[in-house]
Amino acid sequence: MATGSARKGLLVATLSTLVVATLVAYTIGSSPAWPEVQKAFFDGRYFSTSLPKVAGAFFINVQLFILAELLILPIGLLIALARSITTPALAPLRIFATIYVDFFRGVPSILIIYVLGFGVPALKIDGIPKEPFFWALVTLVLIYSAYVSEVYRAGIESIHPSQERAARALGLTRVQALRYVVVPQAMRRVIPPLLNDFIGLQKDTALVSILGVVETFKQAQILKAASFNFTPLMTTALIFLIITIPMTRLVDRLAAKDRNAQLGGTL
Amino acid sequence: MSTGNARIAIGQPARMAVVLMAVAMFVAACGGSSASVSPSASADTSCAPASLALKTPGVLTLSTDNPAYSPWFQGGNEGATVWIGDYNNDPVNGKGYEGAVAYAIAAKLGFTADKVAWIVTAFDQSFAPGDKSFDLFMNQVSIKADRAEAVDFSHGYYNVAQGVVTIEGSPIAGATSIAELKGAKLGTQIGTTSYDAIINVIAPDQEPAVFNTMDEAVAALQAGQIDGVVADVPTTFYMRDAQLDGGVIVGQLTGTGDGAEQFGVVLQKGSALTACVNQAIDALKADGTLDALLLEWIGGTGSAPVIK
Repeated sequence: MATGSARKGLLVATLSTLVVATLVAYTIGSSPAWPEVQKAFFDGRYFSTSLPKVAGAFFINVQLFILAELLILPIGLLIALARSITTPALAPLRIFATIYVDFFRGVPSILIIYVLGFGVPALKIDGIPKEPFFWALVTLVLIYSAYVSEVYRAGIESIHPSQERAARALGLTRVQALRYVVVPQAMRRVIPPLLNDFIGLQKDTALVSILGVVETFKQAQILKAASFNFTPLMTTALIFLIITIPMTRLVDRLAAKDRNAQLGGTL
Repeated sequence: MSTGNARIAIGQPARMAVVLMAVAMFVAACGGSSASVSPSASADTSCAPASLALKTPGVLTLSTDNPAYSPWFQGGNEGATVWIGDYNNDPVNGKGYEGAVAYAIAAKLGFTADKVAWIVTAFDQSFAPGDKSFDLFMNQVSIKADRAEAVDFSHGYYNVAQGVVTIEGSPIAGATSIAELKGAKLGTQIGTTSYDAIINVIAPDQEPAVFNTMDEAVAALQAGQIDGVVADVPTTFYMRDAQLDGGVIVGQLTGTGDGAEQFGVVLQKGSALTACVNQAIDALKADGTLDALLLEWIGGTGSAPVIK
């Protein structure tokens, strides 16, 4: 199905990309201080010496990211459901969920990790973990559950009210209607924005470094400070990109698929 | 439908091209980096104030980080507008070892106190590429060969010894040998040679905790998250006396403090000032000024037992 116009489009796209990239490279490369900046940020020696260390430390980020994601998905959904409750008797639950979301979306993550990571262990209460990894995990779960609950809620509210009413008319309770009719439809719509939040979560795993854990960003900073050369930070950037770019492409593809399905599908 | 497919068919290679281009640019950027060599300090040996190339003519612009810690900077910060807050010190008062050495260097170069200006420079900023906004940066920076590729260092003005501080009840309180520190969870500040000392001298079984500032290392020690903090010896005394509740000095690490590691002044790479600052520091060493300042600001804090 590769038509002539598609081939022509590909050619134009490649050419224009080449022209723009060349212009950008020339502008940066011909600036008088580029050799100095290049030495400070893109030194091949420091790239190769930092790569194994920075990549090794990335394992901590991966652990943190996967564990946090597994906790955020269900907790975010519970908060979203709590916020969509309309039963008057359960109003306190709804109010709590609203305050929770307002608070954890409104306060910078770095402040929360300081308070939880340094403050709570200082209470010296028996049985409360002291490990920075644990408190970093708690911080990320608290913050991202708030964001993710809003994504879920937007998805739930995007389902036409007629769906719920039809379900209720068939004799389903409100909870059943949510469980079997509304939430399954909402899920499909929220997958792209959810993945978007998880890309953010991956990058925010670097927050654990504040508590002294030597993860990839901290490892890069250690190498940077030892050599007064910023290349190790670029190495970390490259590692993050290797993980996040495929995810970004996946989000794009899912969004396009969803759009096509909705356009082509029947009501 | 066919137009939709065509759009995707164009879109994907174009995005691929962008990604490839970015990778290619990164790789290209990494190659052939050793081409530029900065010119060495000029042979002009005249160090008269008028002939010095300064950021602001007639004024020696000194710099350190904010906050400025004891005992390197002392005397508090009353009336200060920049170095504010508890435990912070205004370098303008010339107190503390580094503050006093800074004014002594300035005086040797021919600048009276009113011809000296202080500005804040974050540690990372001090070695970022590009023109520096300071003439001299003094912030307990250890001289290292790798670092000297990015900045100029003066001759050393302080022999660094690394020490360990902890709190009462910690498993390493009372430790006298390196072997007793092996099992400890130690912490320090990022960018310090104290980190190198943990790795090279102690080589602990557990990965050390590395914090953004010493204050956070102190907080973690107090909270029981780490067993001890490694810092230069004067700083460990300051932590014990001013910051820690129940602080205990464990000792000084063997093999440190013998002159192998020294603090130096940071200058712009290739700065014409470096040679003059070196002359000034050499003169301050020769006439006993540095020893006197050391005794005045640091010597009185007592000595730490050596951990072997």
